[in-house]
Amino acid sequence: MTLTIPALRARSARRGRRRPLIVPFAAGFLLLVAVAGLLAPVLAPHSPDATSLLDSLLPPGTEGHWLGTDSTGRDVLSRVMYGARLSLLAPLGVVLLSGVLGIALGLLAARAGGWADAVVSRGMDIVFAFPSLLLAMLVVAVSGPGLTAPICALAVSYTPFVGRVVRSVAIQEGARPYMESYRVMGFGELWVTLRHLLPNVMPVLIAQSTLAFGYALVDLAALSYLGLGVRPPDADWGSMISQARSAILQGEPWSGLLPGLAVLLTVVSVNVLGEHLGGSIGRKQSEGA
Amino acid sequence: MSTGDAMSTGDAMSTGDAVKAPVLSATSLVKRFGHVTAVDDVSFELMPGASLGIVGESGSGKTTTARILAGLEQPTSGTVTLDGRAVEGHSRRARLRQARRLQMIFQDPYGSFDPRQTIAQSIAEPMRLHAPGSRKEHRARVDELLDQVGLSSRAGQSLPRDLSGGQRQRAAIARALGVAPRVLVLDEAVAALDVSIQAQILTLLDDLRRDTGISYVFVSHDLAVVRYITDTAIVMRHGRIVERGETEQILRSPRHPYTRLLLDSIPSPGWDLDRVARDRRALDLL
Repeated sequence: MTLTIPALRARSARRGRRRPLIVPFAAGFLLLVAVAGLLAPVLAPHSPDATSLLDSLLPPGTEGHWLGTDSTGRDVLSRVMYGARLSLLAPLGVVLLSGVLGIALGLLAARAGGWADAVVSRGMDIVFAFPSLLLAMLVVAVSGPGLTAPICALAVSYTPFVGRVVRSVAIQEGARPYMESYRVMGFGELWVTLRHLLPNVMPVLIAQSTLAFGYALVDLAALSYLGLGVRPPDADWGSMISQARSAILQGEPWSGLLPGLAVLLTVVSVNVLGEHLGGSIGRKQSEGA
Repeated sequence: MSTGDAMSTGDAMSTGDAVKAPVLSATSLVKRFGHVTAVDDVSFELMPGASLGIVGESGSGKTTTARILAGLEQPTSGTVTLDGRAVEGHSRRARLRQARRLQMIFQDPYGSFDPRQTIAQSIAEPMRLHAPGSRKEHRARVDELLDQVGLSSRAGQSLPRDLSGGQRQRAAIARALGVAPRVLVLDEAVAALDVSIQAQILTLLDDLRRDTGISYVFVSHDLAVVRYITDTAIVMRHGRIVERGETEQILRSPRHPYTRLLLDSIPSPGWDLDRVARDRRALDLL
């Protein structure tokens, strides 16, 4: 399929082997956040909801509250750890839902072709053009706050992000001769698509979903910040930043900065990982040809 | 691939059983793509254990004919009869019946495998569809097939990209044989291989035909290959059959000017390119 000049290929292979230093850091940080969220009941030094007005707005480094407390005296470290649960689970829900929708629509468009492809593709273009946050806010306006509605809304608006990639890779892969060889062997279209096409589309899908996870995390944090996402007493990082607004105005930014930092570092890590996955898949495919 | 042993392939004919009904016959096949008629009134018969060559240049309609036989294209008109029954429609049952009797080998052996499956998995899959049985039986049959085409069981555990072109084509043959078809359609099956590997694959095909009584439809532009592997041949040009008969006869004393042109086009001592070009112009005026 591709003509590779040996010298160029050797160089790109060498570059491929030397994984950027930031990738293990990103993966490690994500693992840390996931473990912190998962084991929050065991690891967190305090209950996330234990208020103590005497201890409000303590700065980081205070004994017993290493990352300080918020305006009602709740331990910021414990809240960031508990907040990690919703902050990671909700985008995961978005990614899984949009992944399923994107696979279904992308494969349908690629395999059916013709008018089905035209309808699905134009539909995805329209959804793609619509700002995801705006769609989520509209849905929340109708359904009231809570996480289920925004998760579904974001899943719909991320579907083209996944579906378009699935479609183009599936068309490319579907034109390879092995598809025809399976047809000659008497296999049905559905079998060939699910059993042979989908696994070969999967690597690209995983890379794309990783990126979508980062976007979803930011969108959901923004919704929670606006008070449209998580309802108290549940908390995610977005709602923590929101609750810290008055404290920030009082010159005590810590309780808002730390969850903000958690969002920032998580999203950067996810993006680094996604870029790396996408890149290494591209390399692997060009090596296989 | 000396011409000396070319006729020995004819022996396979006599070892075939007494059944005189053709295993495959094409009747007045026509295929149009828009205004272009790719296949124009093509008919032929293939006896059990026989080997038929379809010869022609690119664009002659030979590959389209092969694809119609394999059910990858629907003929505009005309019928394909397999094992005494016409192939009709595109229903699931019709396709399964067709697949069980006729298999196809493609030109690109690498492309005809799922890159993520090991060779053994690829061979076992159609077997599971067409010959239900236990996992153990299938594994034993896969080993048997690998052995039959001259591959080690270690090759069976490899991915397609780890095998050479010749090994992949052997694997493709094993996969097709797993369905136990009566006819194998080979579309330029050795064209992508080195000459020495070509010879090995051709010998393998020859042995298989003698051992199993399978029939071949061998589509190729390469007259030397066709001479070695087939008993009878048809020559196609612009979708039509211009000459048919015993392969050796056709290649030794071609009657149609196009066949003569194909023969003259092979590089050889005293090769006269000008004459080939002149003949081609004369032919196009006909």
